[in-house]
Amino acid sequence: MTFQSEKWKKDFPILNQVVNDEPLVYLDNAATSQKPEVVLDALKTYYLTNNANVHRGVHTLAERATSQYENARETVRRFINARETAEVLFTRGTTTSLNWLAQSLEDTVIEPGDEIVISYMEHHSNIIPWQQLAKRKQAKLNYIELTEDGHLDMENARKQMTEKTKIVSLTHVSNVMGVVNPIRELADLAHSKNAVMVVDGAQAVPHMPVDVEALDADFYAFSGHKMLGPTGIGVLYGKRNWLERIEPIEFGGEMIDFVGLQDSTWKELPWKFEAGTPNISGAIGLAKAIDYLETIGMDAIMSHEQEVVKYLMPKLEKIEGLTIYGPKNLNDRTGVIAFNIEGIHPHDLATAMDMEGVAVRAGHHCTQPLMNYLSQPATARASFYLYNTFSDADKFVEALIATKEFFLNGLD
Amino acid sequence: MALTKLNQLYRAVIVDHSKNPRRRGTLDNTTAQIDMKNPTCGDVIQIQLEIENDIIKDVRFDGSGCTISLASASMMTDAILGKTLEEALCLSEDFSGLVQGKDPENEDDLGDAVMLSGVAKFPARIKCATLPWKALEKALSDKDGTGFDSQLKHDD
Ligand SMILES: Cc1ncc(COP(=O)(O)O)c(C=O)c1O
Repeated sequence: MTFQSEKWKKDFPILNQVVNDEPLVYLDNAATSQKPEVVLDALKTYYLTNNANVHRGVHTLAERATSQYENARETVRRFINARETAEVLFTRGTTTSLNWLAQSLEDTVIEPGDEIVISYMEHHSNIIPWQQLAKRKQAKLNYIELTEDGHLDMENARKQMTEKTKIVSLTHVSNVMGVVNPIRELADLAHSKNAVMVVDGAQAVPHMPVDVEALDADFYAFSGHKMLGPTGIGVLYGKRNWLERIEPIEFGGEMIDFVGLQDSTWKELPWKFEAGTPNISGAIGLAKAIDYLETIGMDAIMSHEQEVVKYLMPKLEKIEGLTIYGPKNLNDRTGVIAFNIEGIHPHDLATAMDMEGVAVRAGHHCTQPLMNYLSQPATARASFYLYNTFSDADKFVEALIATKEFFLNGLD
Repeated sequence: MALTKLNQLYRAVIVDHSKNPRRRGTLDNTTAQIDMKNPTCGDVIQIQLEIENDIIKDVRFDGSGCTISLASASMMTDAILGKTLEEALCLSEDFSGLVQGKDPENEDDLGDAVMLSGVAKFPARIKCATLPWKALEKALSDKDGTGFDSQLKHDD
C-alpha cells in the first residue's frame, strides 16, 4: 500500500515542492484536493484544440465541445450510478447545488408551520440555505443531535422527523469528524414521513464509492474541486420525478425551448436547469478526474485512507493533551481528523506546522453550530487523501510533537 | 530546525503577554463596549472602555484567542491607556501598518506592541494581531448616545 500511494503522489506535480524550506506535506484535502497532471492536461487540450460554446453552433468545434461536455455528464452518471444523464445537473459546486434546491423546493413542498430537518454536524452551506428558506416560509428548522463520539443520534433522528417534516438534508460524511452517516437508513426514515431526502456528498464522493440509487437519495450534491477536479464545477443529482416537479432557479440562454414575449417554455431535463454558458472545461476536467479515480478504484482509495488513519491514530493517542473529535471506531470514519492540543490555540498550531512544511487547517471549518456543540471555538484539522503516504503521516506526527514542544516548553 | 523561524513571531514578550495578559476582565464604569469576531477562527474578543472627556481612563478585554490576538489585546491596553481618542486611533493606524511591514510613526507610544512586527512575515496571522485594534476602532466609532454597540452581541 505504501508503495502505491508513493506512486500516485507522483501524478500530482504540485506536491513535489518545498515550502518554508521543508518538503510539502499537504493535509488540507477536506478544503480542496490537488489535481493530477492528466486533469491539467485535459483542460489544456480542451482550450488548445476544442474550445467553443455548447449546444449552439453547427461548426466542428462546437460539436466537439458539446459532445465532450455531454460525455462528461455520462461519466458522472456512471460514477454515482444515476439512472439517466437527465438526472445529472452541472452546478458551480455543493454550495450552489444546495442553494438551488432550497429555492426550488420552496414553492413545491414547504408551507408555513412545516419542518426541515438537518443536523448539528452540517457545513454552513447545508444550514444557511434551509435557515433562509425556513425564515421566508415561517417553517421550522430542526437539528438532529449527535452522540458522544460524534455519530448522528438515530434515536433522536426518529424523533425529529415528524408528519410535518417536508425536507431532510444531511451530510454523507462530516468535514470535521470524518464520520460516515447511514444515509440509506435516514432516507428510509425521511421517506416514511413523505419528506424529500437531500444529501450533502461533498466529503463522501471523493473518498468512497457512492451509489445514489442504493442510497435512495432524492437529491445528492457534491463539488469537483474536492475530488481532483477543477474549482467552479459541481453536481446536483436529482431523481427524475423530483426534477420534473421543481422549477429552475436561473433563466436565460441554453435552458429555453421557445421564447415568447410574455412567456417561455423550458428545455427538457437536464438542460432546463443549466441557464447560460456552463463551465465546459470544468465539466471536462471533472470527468478526467473521475477517470483517474476509477483507474485506481474508489474501494482502493477508501481502504488506503483507512490504513493511513489506522497507522496514525495510535501515534496521535500517545501525544499527551491531544484530543481527537469524532468516532473512536476507525471503521466509521474517513481520513478527516479534527483535534486540539491542550494549551495551544489551533491557529498557533497551524502556523507552526506550516513552518514544518505541513499544511493543516485551523478554525471553525464552516461548522459553527458543530463547534458550539463540541464547546470548542475552533479546532485544527488534518485531512488525508490518496496521495498522502505513511511517510506524510510520520512527518505530521513529528511536526506535531515539535510544535507542542515549542509552545509548551520553548525552543532554547 | 524549521521551528526556529517561529521565534520571530513568538518572541518572549509576546508569549508573556498572552500567558499573563494585562487588563483582562470587565469594567464597572463602561462607556463603550464591543464584541468582535475573528471570522477565520471564530474567536470572539470583547473590549470595554471607560472614556471621560475624550480620554481613555480605563480599559479591559475578555475572550478567547490565539497567542497573537491575546498578546496584541494585552499590549493594546498598555498602549492606549490615558490616551485621547484621537491618539488611540492614530496608534491603531500605526499598528496596522507595522504588522504589514511598515515603520510606525510613533514607535515609542506603541510600547510592547512593536514586538508584533514579526507578524508581517506571517500574512495569515495579520488578522489575529489587528483584531483587538479593529474592535477598538469599532467601539470608538459606534459611539452613539449610549456608546454601546449591540449589533454583534447576537453572535453566540
Ligand atoms: C460537507 C461539506 N459540504 C459543503 C461544502 C461546500 O462545498 P463548496 O465550497 O465546494 O461549495 C464543503 C466544503 O467545504 C463541505 O465540506
